[in-house]
Amino acid sequence: MSYIPHTEIETRQMLAEIGVDSIDELFEAVPATHRFPQLELPPPMSEMEVAAEMLAISEANDHAQDFAIFRGAGAYHHFIPSVVNHILLRGEFYTAYTPYQPEISQGTLQATYEYQSMMCALTGMDAANASHYDGATSLAEAVTVALEATRNKRKKVILSHAIHPHYREVVRTYHQGRDIRIIGDRGRGEIVDLMEMLDENTAMLAVQYPNFFGQIDDLAALADAVHEAGALLVMVANPMALSIFKSPGELGADIVVGEGQPMGVPLGFGGPYLGYFAIRQKYVRRIAGRIIGETLDADGKRAFVMTLRPREQDIKRERATSNICTNQGLMTLSASVYMALMGKNGLRKVGELNYHKAHYAANEISRLDGYSVDMSKPFFNEFVVACPRPIAEINDALLAEGIIGGYDLGQHYFHLTDRMLLCVTEMNAKEEIDRLVEILGGLR
Amino acid sequence: MTAELLQPLIYEIGSPGRMGVNLPECDVPKVELPAALMREELALPEVGEVQVVRHFVKLSKLNYSIDQGLYPLGSCTMKYNPKINEDAARLPGFAQLHPLTDESGSQGALFLMHELQKWLGEISGFEAVSLTPAAGAQGEFAGILMIRQYHINRGEGQRDLILVPNSAHGTNPATVTMAGMDVLELPADDQGNVDMDALRAACEGALRDRIAGMMITVPSTLGLFEPTILEVIAAVHEAGGLMYMDGANMNALMAVVKPGALGFDVMHYNLHKTFSTPHGGGGPGSGAVGVNAKLAPYLPGPVVGIIEPATPHPKPLPHKEGGASNTSMQSEHSPSLSVGEGAGGWRGEEAPLYGFVMPEKSIGRMKAFHGNFGMHLRAYAYIRVYGDSGIRDVTRYAVLNANYLRARLMQTYTVPYPRYCGHEFVLEGHFADAEDVHALDISKRLMDYGFHPPTNYFPLIVPEALLIEPTETEVKADLDEFVEAMERIAAEAREDPELLRGAPHTAPVRRLDEVRAARELVLCCAPARAAGGR
Repeated sequence: MSYIPHTEIETRQMLAEIGVDSIDELFEAVPATHRFPQLELPPPMSEMEVAAEMLAISEANDHAQDFAIFRGAGAYHHFIPSVVNHILLRGEFYTAYTPYQPEISQGTLQATYEYQSMMCALTGMDAANASHYDGATSLAEAVTVALEATRNKRKKVILSHAIHPHYREVVRTYHQGRDIRIIGDRGRGEIVDLMEMLDENTAMLAVQYPNFFGQIDDLAALADAVHEAGALLVMVANPMALSIFKSPGELGADIVVGEGQPMGVPLGFGGPYLGYFAIRQKYVRRIAGRIIGETLDADGKRAFVMTLRPREQDIKRERATSNICTNQGLMTLSASVYMALMGKNGLRKVGELNYHKAHYAANEISRLDGYSVDMSKPFFNEFVVACPRPIAEINDALLAEGIIGGYDLGQHYFHLTDRMLLCVTEMNAKEEIDRLVEILGGLR
Repeated sequence: MTAELLQPLIYEIGSPGRMGVNLPECDVPKVELPAALMREELALPEVGEVQVVRHFVKLSKLNYSIDQGLYPLGSCTMKYNPKINEDAARLPGFAQLHPLTDESGSQGALFLMHELQKWLGEISGFEAVSLTPAAGAQGEFAGILMIRQYHINRGEGQRDLILVPNSAHGTNPATVTMAGMDVLELPADDQGNVDMDALRAACEGALRDRIAGMMITVPSTLGLFEPTILEVIAAVHEAGGLMYMDGANMNALMAVVKPGALGFDVMHYNLHKTFSTPHGGGGPGSGAVGVNAKLAPYLPGPVVGIIEPATPHPKPLPHKEGGASNTSMQSEHSPSLSVGEGAGGWRGEEAPLYGFVMPEKSIGRMKAFHGNFGMHLRAYAYIRVYGDSGIRDVTRYAVLNANYLRARLMQTYTVPYPRYCGHEFVLEGHFADAEDVHALDISKRLMDYGFHPPTNYFPLIVPEALLIEPTETEVKADLDEFVEAMERIAAEAREDPELLRGAPHTAPVRRLDEVRAARELVLCCAPARAAGGR
């Protein structure tokens, strides 16, 4: 019986102890008319057969081990050192529960505290929680924090259209029951246009850094303008870009959220990923989700514990500002191990590799007839290419040559048809880039 | 603080210039970095690979885990996490699959999700399933948003009240608030069931037209199947409300009863409970939602649908033109779609063409991309192992184990609701003749005996509650050891209460000063603290 260890003798002994003759008698409270339905499921399988089937199914997918991949758009193919997976596969970590019992959970607690610390270092914030489901829900929860921080008196939320389209959709899903107005996300406004929208009714303004098109906007004047209006500045940041670019803290952000996947989490068809969330000290008590703090035990030993618990749903119930319970614990461990391995110098080096390779690719593509690359702003590892043919056609041709091409921006932005968002990371060798450029050059 | 940690912080074991990874040289011509945009400080640790490995291995040893022993946490379903599932999740075709891969290049993943949607629907008796919610709480949120939209679309937007029993998990009322609705809490009767008089009063009283629905956990958070569940459902439906089932306790129901058949309109599953995906020290979870036909159009999206039906003869996959949400043009490059005989449910080229679709009146996206796929594939493998003839055994043996523990422990402890339980049961962690000993003390003392404690102080309606859920994967000998430990603790409570109040004595650390943690709020270590914030 697979993962059920009972022998017949044991089962009989247990039934005798309970005082029934059969297991089925234990279900007498279930309405008889509905009890024990037959299920239409496939027949059981042995582990050998399951392994074979899973392999067969997995190989029906075009994955980054078989293809050169130039697609990002919120999910990135980065190098993950072997150590990350080996640590993740320790049953002591992945088969543990939420550390509600700190005396026997110091491993998870300390690793999480270290994650919080490294996220603070990266973002330039004072505190980080651990964690939200992904970058999109982190942003949606940041909206809640901003509304609460402005005492629910301000009803306007400004979102840049250059935030990942899925994230903007999720913000609208999360807040559909709330009496607020979300603006900016359906326009084409630049940073200065968003600043024009600020007023005394604005709770927050959110931008993405680098933005969805891979570009670094000029944010020099933004924080002051937002703060002058009494609102909060929320930045959605790619943590990999923060390896080399100014931290959101330096740029005046109040809350920094984003997708932690680039830090040691594989592409995995979109999840589980990691929503990171970091914040300034003055708002720290408004943060949702799990937070680990340092304290002492009864012997005066330094140790860690979940803290600010009274904010959480299990205690505050209908007065909690978020219902979050399960987090992305194991993914915070991935990020911790990844950041620890990379460290100060390694992460910077990965960031620079991304920058140089993306710029090499962009420069080469911009020389091709019929193509143009948007270089109007600085960019990190993604850039927008205007193509001479529909993107679907181009990607088909690339796929035939073993390359997964860029993301078709026309799917989300009507004014960006025939434009693809290309992503180049440290995983793309020069030969791959040259091959991409060569094939594109032949498609005019 | 100057006291020592069990294991120094990662920041405390580094040396300037050390690196834990060896990276390749840049193989393209370098360009100038934009100096004005660059950061100066990056306060990350500087440690070597061996140090990193040892650091995290040492930390791991401070944890308790399922791989180590019984983890009887009520309402959390800490069952064994099959190793094969971890291997499957790391196959390159899953782990290295980009979420925005064209449909044609992700047919394997889409097939798997489609099957899982179907199976979850079958197990619970629902018309349609969306796998997108990332956790149980997000599934709840999706469910309540669907109920809200359903009423709004019918011109009954005034329905803004959700009934919630007082035994509910905290996520239930918090969810209602998040959805912009209000909670009406219902008391329990002396048997721990929903108080039918209170329910009828709510459903027939002045608030009748404001009732949007009810959230209820089945079996209840006490581990008890409500004998009046059909009447509860009928009363709420009669008032015009919809029924939400919190599926946290689905491990007590598989192939025993279909919630959809009982009349529920919507429920969430916790794949990380019932379907064995690992808890990961707090997550990730996966909180698929199932609905009946009424709510199917409102499901959060995208869901996986069949774009083109299967053809009897193998053929090259068709080109799909102008998809609404995906560029899915097919290329000739899909060699891997030919899967040989014996591949079970996966039929390779003869399979239909699967794709993502957004339900017609969808409440929207709950997260980026399409759910925690890594959990979907583990749940798929899990259901595949048990299959049609085995899935009921999961529930049967989970319920057997719980009732066995209950029968043995009620000889020493007070069981407030003495009847057959589902997959879990509650006891009172308190003795009349040892008043200074509380559920918390019993919990902490269990650590000294090598066990993770049960869930304590939940549900809130039982004083000093200890909620115990052994799951089906525990062997009798381990359950017996747990009982013996509990019996010894009961004796210690009378003989040496201080022993319990000071417990644990053998865990890596003793009880922690939680007040200090909240007051001093040290959330980030000094070397990492923001350099250059403004």
